Amino acid sequence: MAIEKVRDILSTHGRLTTPVDSLEDDSDLYQAGLTSLATVGLMLALEDEFDIEFPDSALSRKTFGSIEAIADTVDDLLE
Amino acid sequence: MTKQTVSENEFSQLIKEVHSIGGEIVAPNAEDVDVKARFPKEGIEALKSLKLMSAYVPAELGGMGLSLKQVSKVCEVLGGYCGSTAMVYAMHKIQVACLVHHCLEVDYFKDYVQTLVNEQRLIASATTEIGKGGDLLSSFCAVEVENGDFTLEKKAPVISYADYADDLLLTARRSPDAAKSDQVGVLVSKSQYQVEPISDWDTLGFRGTCSSGYVVTAKASQEQITPVPFTEVLSQTMHPFSHIVWGSLWTGIAASAVAKARLFTKNAMRKNPNMPPISSIRLAEVETQLHTMRNNVLAAIDDYQSLLDKNDSDSFTNFGFTIRTNNLKINSSKLLIDIVGQAMMICGIASYRNNHDLSLTRHIRDAYGASLMVNNDRIIMHNSSLVVMHKE
Repeated sequence: MAIEKVRDILSTHGRLTTPVDSLEDDSDLYQAGLTSLATVGLMLALEDEFDIEFPDSALSRKTFGSIEAIADTVDDLLE
Repeated sequence: MTKQTVSENEFSQLIKEVHSIGGEIVAPNAEDVDVKARFPKEGIEALKSLKLMSAYVPAELGGMGLSLKQVSKVCEVLGGYCGSTAMVYAMHKIQVACLVHHCLEVDYFKDYVQTLVNEQRLIASATTEIGKGGDLLSSFCAVEVENGDFTLEKKAPVISYADYADDLLLTARRSPDAAKSDQVGVLVSKSQYQVEPISDWDTLGFRGTCSSGYVVTAKASQEQITPVPFTEVLSQTMHPFSHIVWGSLWTGIAASAVAKARLFTKNAMRKNPNMPPISSIRLAEVETQLHTMRNNVLAAIDDYQSLLDKNDSDSFTNFGFTIRTNNLKINSSKLLIDIVGQAMMICGIASYRNNHDLSLTRHIRDAYGASLMVNNDRIIMHNSSLVVMHKE
């Protein structure tokens, strides 16, 4: 499961206004302060950490909408 | 989602009628609308007489059932006669599209849309808020629900044609304790809201849109709250639909400037048939820009319509689609200034006069508004993040 690593990366790169520890896996990250600029850093860090590349079909607001959504996408890409 | 139900023949006939009210009613009032910064009431009334306020309402609900492409064409035609009239119409159509795409499963909105058809009502919108710097995706104000009704107070820096609208679509937080981005839309009718002006609208161009600032206070039934979050309405409808209808009406303004340049060039060639004037070369150049501008809009219509037809709500938040939609706005607004400027070079000092058949002073003033309404710099900033992630 990628979820713990996703949480770590999110706390380093997400620049959220709400601490990651206080977020549920399905909390809305945009409501927690995720900006489009921070999404870039987050995506690059995820690609480096997991050695994956997000395809165009995964590049949407929804993919980065929650910890769960990110982890699901990462898991799919790792398969 | 909405499919075309009006045949090409019927639509050609409609466009003829739009041209006819354009020439007979909209254009003759355009100067007065502009000089006095007044609402283009004659033009909007004429559009109502053609039942065009419900042009995008599906035929099964009594509307005209025009497709997005057809609605855009109407906006383009109107843009050729008066930018402000076309802008008011386009903004109204954006609100109609939001209701048609997202709200028809709720009885209140379905009934409302039928009232819109019958009464040809005009809808204004208040999506920006003082202190939010143009960010549509967050609100300070919130709806407060009690006993089935809600109250709302919003300080809006601009509400176009607020004094002349029959209904108002506002955004607000879902509740007083909701996050700033947890927004809903609410549709309120004239008897359910008051507007208190806080700023006027004395601008360079688009003067007839009467986009003053207001404090809005509203009280209405809870069922008038949109059934889906505003983020969905924005990404699936308001954002793409706005840039398409705006791009269309700006194309109309540009085409009308090029038409004046063509008229000038024809007259110059009549006077001196042996030597092609430099204006004919400039005209050929500006035609290529107009061609690009129009084709960009058509490509965006195809792009968006294919997502609507696919009916996959996630596809609208794809970064590539967002970037392309933003590019349409940036390109269209820049091309508009370039094209009108080129047309002025062709027509010369006549275009610089306010009182001349070849005057382009209103065109160039309107043109500069296109880059500033939803500021291009903010759009570029947003794209600058997305393009790094985007994959072709």
